[in-house]
Amino acid sequence: MKPDLFEAPDYYNLDELLSEEHKLVRDAARQWVKRDISPIIEEYAQKAEFPNQIIKGLAEIGAFGPYIPTEYGGAGLDQISYGIIMQEIERGDSGVRSTASVQSSLVMYPIFQYGTEAQRKKYLPKLASGQLMGCFGLTEPNHGSNPNGMETKFKDMGDHYLLNGAKLWISNSPFADIAVVWAKNEEGRIHGLIVERGMEGFSTPETHNKWSLRASATGELIFNNVCVPKENLLPGKNGLGAPLGCLDSARYGISWGAIGAAMDCYNTALRYAKERVQFGKPIAAFQLQQKKLAEMITEITKAQLLAFRLGQLKNEGKATSAQISMAKRNNVDMALKIAREARQILGGMGITGEYSIMRHMMNLESVITYEGTHDIHLLITGADITGIAAFQ
Amino acid sequence: MKILVCISNVPDTTAKINFTDGDTKFDTNGVQFVINPNDEFGLTRAMWFKEKQQATVHVATVGDASVEPTMRKALAIGADEAIRINANPSDGFFVASQLAEVAKNGAYDLVIGGRESIDYNGGMVPGILASLLDMNFVNACISLEIDGNNATAIREIDGGKETLSTNLPLVIGGQKGLVAESDLRIPNMRGIMMARKKTLSVVEPIDANSTTKDTKFEKPAAKGAVKLVDNVDDLINLLHNEAKVI
Ligand SMILES: Cc1cc2nc3c(=O)[nH]c(=O)nc-3n(C[C@H](O)[C@H](O)[C@H](O)COP(=O)(O)OP(=O)(O)OC[C@H]3O[C@@H](n4cnc5c(N)ncnc54)[C@H](O)[C@@H]3O)c2cc1C
Repeated sequence: MKPDLFEAPDYYNLDELLSEEHKLVRDAARQWVKRDISPIIEEYAQKAEFPNQIIKGLAEIGAFGPYIPTEYGGAGLDQISYGIIMQEIERGDSGVRSTASVQSSLVMYPIFQYGTEAQRKKYLPKLASGQLMGCFGLTEPNHGSNPNGMETKFKDMGDHYLLNGAKLWISNSPFADIAVVWAKNEEGRIHGLIVERGMEGFSTPETHNKWSLRASATGELIFNNVCVPKENLLPGKNGLGAPLGCLDSARYGISWGAIGAAMDCYNTALRYAKERVQFGKPIAAFQLQQKKLAEMITEITKAQLLAFRLGQLKNEGKATSAQISMAKRNNVDMALKIAREARQILGGMGITGEYSIMRHMMNLESVITYEGTHDIHLLITGADITGIAAFQ
Repeated sequence: MKILVCISNVPDTTAKINFTDGDTKFDTNGVQFVINPNDEFGLTRAMWFKEKQQATVHVATVGDASVEPTMRKALAIGADEAIRINANPSDGFFVASQLAEVAKNGAYDLVIGGRESIDYNGGMVPGILASLLDMNFVNACISLEIDGNNATAIREIDGGKETLSTNLPLVIGGQKGLVAESDLRIPNMRGIMMARKKTLSVVEPIDANSTTKDTKFEKPAAKGAVKLVDNVDDLINLLHNEAKVI
């Protein structure tokens, strides 16, 4: 792979809106990605393997629970810092960002928000340091966009719960030490349970042959009469709103992350267009290529403003789920379109692993599907503005 | 051991360089600033002394409030305290005079500067500083070991290396080699959080003259266009008759 020459575009001087600490966090994450991700990621994506060795580095740059309070091992940063870290990591690879999103928003967040003090103390510091890795089981073979229909269930056996069912498409599952699993009780109410690797009847087979997020491990969670101790239930919240609260946090991070992938594609295409000569001129001199590049930077700038404002709202505790849906949908779609256009600017070179663009493009096909598909987020906006839900 | 690392805040090596005010001032617009690379090698070596020999490490910079992000980064990397001398770093003598005052007041055993900063490449601050402080001095230092009061330093010289033994208090002008490039540290989240609580004090400058003044900057001439030739004879012809190098 080519050396990482990334220079971040900042067309509207957004840096001026960031605090000194935001920039320190951003520069550290950016430097780390250049040093530890860019040189290896293509190889791991090609061989479809998660690079285990990066876990320590991810923890050190604060990618695991940046907004979790310091007393639980988090970094105690604000939501904009969280967004910035996701942006920088996804600039490297969406699969690596997925690992960080899951750990932060889908595992640490529910334990912090819905867990007991004992659960927080037991798990959070180890999750923040990467000593423990987690995954989040909501999607099932028969229930993706409609998780409320889930079939995984648990029964109160007096001194423990008995868990049965299966989850599919679970990021990090093949190596996770713990899983935050959403299942229905006997009354059909959704609850979160912490399932630990090694519990009898619990297995996590890997899903192979993905063309997307190849450097991220995805798999199943299978529960065959798993005895889960009662103290592993997350008591703070139940019903579908509990997992959706986690998704809000992860989707917010994705709305920033996608900008990172888009920036990398744009920056690569811009550099290539200025260097590649055809018909005696750099291809950047042709109007068609300029149109592509000009539209890319316009869309990136719009997405940055959307994410930044959403970050302010999140910091104030005012961001609504519908606002988060809009940003996730818009920014991921923006990134995917930019990846496709950028790939064309590179011509044949665009399809090789010499450049990051095609990897980003393939990755973003997952990102536009997980955490609520592109369609579902549109329907959420539709329901929000009309008051009529069209997805049921 | 008390160490003072003198840090200069310089444009990132990839920054695009332009001048304003009739080519008398560097245009900082849109420029990213970083710790001067030679100073960063020194700071990283100081971290080693802190971790292995329990040294206390302070950093000092002459500059206005815009240099504070760079100082905060040094704190995030692990320096214990930062001191900003609130003045425009107008020339080498002025900067060295200000740093000498801070170094005197802090009674440091070791003062680490960079051999030169990559912005103006003056290369005089550590030398003037050593003379103002009346301390031993090793420039172009590529290795430093301290044992009690004794220091062993290696200096880069033309075509080789020179090993010196000297005593504290000592000033060095450091560079790559003090630590390897791969030893340079990215601030981690714990460091960034701790940096919040560390002292960054601002002191007013003492009276000192600038002995030089920038009157004009010029950029190197732009590179000429590349001429492609089809055969060796044409190449030789051009080198001989046009470039006149053979
Ligand atoms: C790489 C990867 C990692 C993932 N990681 C996780 C994870 O860690 N944890 C987890 O729980 N899940 C995870 N998922 C699952 C992901 O969230 C689901 O794939 C997603 O929610 C969509 O569900 P589905 O695949 O079952 O598609 P379906 O829900 O079957 O949707 C298929 C199509 O139908 C459309 N559709 C569905 N319903 C409607 C409707 N009402 N109106 C209009 N169109 C509709 C969808 O938009 C989509 O285009 C992951 C997925 C992938 C690909």
